Amino acid sequence: MIHLPISRYRAAAWQYTPALMLLIGLVGLWELLVQVLNTRPYILPAPTAIWAALLEKGHLLPNHIQATAIEAVLGLVAAAIGGVLLAIVISSIPLAQRVLYPIIVTSQTIPAYVLAPLLMVWVGIGLESKVIVVALVGFFPIVISTVDGLDSADRDMVALVRSMGATKIEQLRYVLIPSALPGFFAGLKIAAAYSVIGAIIAEWVAAKEGLGIFIIRSQASFRIDQIFVAIAIIALLSIALFVAVHLLARLASPWKYANEKGENHS
Amino acid sequence: MNEAAIVIQGLRHTFPGPHPVEVLDGVDLEAPHGAFVSLVGPSGCGKSTLLQVLAGLITPNSGESLIEGRSTVGEPGLSAYMPQKDLLLPWRKAIGNAVLGAEIAGVPKAKARAAALSLMERFGLTGFEESWPSQLSGGMRQRLALLRTFLVPQHVLMLDEPFGALDAITRREMHQWLQEVWATDERTVLFVTHDVEEALILSDEVYVMTPRPGRISARLSINYPRPRRSEIVTEPKFVADKARLLSALDKGGAS
Repeated sequence: MIHLPISRYRAAAWQYTPALMLLIGLVGLWELLVQVLNTRPYILPAPTAIWAALLEKGHLLPNHIQATAIEAVLGLVAAAIGGVLLAIVISSIPLAQRVLYPIIVTSQTIPAYVLAPLLMVWVGIGLESKVIVVALVGFFPIVISTVDGLDSADRDMVALVRSMGATKIEQLRYVLIPSALPGFFAGLKIAAAYSVIGAIIAEWVAAKEGLGIFIIRSQASFRIDQIFVAIAIIALLSIALFVAVHLLARLASPWKYANEKGENHS
Repeated sequence: MNEAAIVIQGLRHTFPGPHPVEVLDGVDLEAPHGAFVSLVGPSGCGKSTLLQVLAGLITPNSGESLIEGRSTVGEPGLSAYMPQKDLLLPWRKAIGNAVLGAEIAGVPKAKARAAALSLMERFGLTGFEESWPSQLSGGMRQRLALLRTFLVPQHVLMLDEPFGALDAITRREMHQWLQEVWATDERTVLFVTHDVEEALILSDEVYVMTPRPGRISARLSINYPRPRRSEIVTEPKFVADKARLLSALDKGGAS
């Protein structure tokens, strides 16, 4: 084995190489099987056919991607704000925990696909209904893990700022909220991963633009190749949001990375 | 009514629960303005509980606890309190931790910051203003916690075993250093420790506490001239006082 001093970025790139190679291998196998078995394109198109569809319909995509991305991001922001406020209430008032937790858990048993048409009826088929669906899908993991984060704050630190005369709000500001940041971001990551799916489910019900509508239209004209284009874009969009939240978490907690000296982190 | 900075009278407290623990059993203590008073006692005798009552964090079952004439019951923020652990906030840089108490007490940020920066050198923290607590050594963390306590704009300082976690050599340096800092400060200090020598070197007055439930078993005035150097521990008067305190500690344990 040869050990060479490699930079952080090369190390990171090296980390993802096996996953990339596996993906390339699977796509290659897929292409081979489709060619050999001569599968009908409306059953399963070859990766090359999907690429061709992307080139053919690519000009339509930016508008759809933008619509879905805006819904996902706005929904995520709404979920984060609502989730954090709810978590603070639950964590600071014991009665609220007993009253609200059952309702919150029950709310999660209603599938987004059932809720979406109702919301269209109530608030219309515009942006608002999509944002609400995404927010409803995303707020649950945020509430749960933020409450955990708030509850795990060091009681002695809270006592210290209390001894300095800190009010409840100041206790939140100086100790509880910073303590809850790792939990909050863990919840936000899960919410980010689901947010694009939430937006697409909402678009399926009714929308003018968005990847969900693109899928419905492709289905109607048996363009399975286009559906695969949409799937790839949805995956990339979800990954981009997930990575964005990860970077945000790093920016928000610089003290955690203070002792890292250019080494490969995990 | 009273000129003393700290007055404790007939303080009793029992921690409730399935097995109630009686921690304080009628404690009386007084610290005059500007005095350095130590409270010595074995581990778990209720010294920290006493400080937490004075800090307004625990409501005692009965008795009085006054700081500059005001009851501390249900009223935190009357004194500058330093708990046993440094409890530095990991998400604030050294300078941010230093100004924490001042900031909560309402001192304008710029003013608190300037005061902290001007004391960094005296607290041996020059060059580490922008460091995170996780990057500081044990001694530095302790000095930073002390600086944070000193910057709280209150007259009474309460220090709970501030040097307990330090090695003997660093501790001796800290004794010299604390005397210098306190000499220019004119504040009242209540200092909790289980180290008799430490109490004698630093204090004007030493109270000895019995094991749980805590009571005051002895009180000794110390009037060696200041500043006191660490060699003082070998002087006959010091040795005699040390023997008296140790025997008071032992008697407390036997009863």
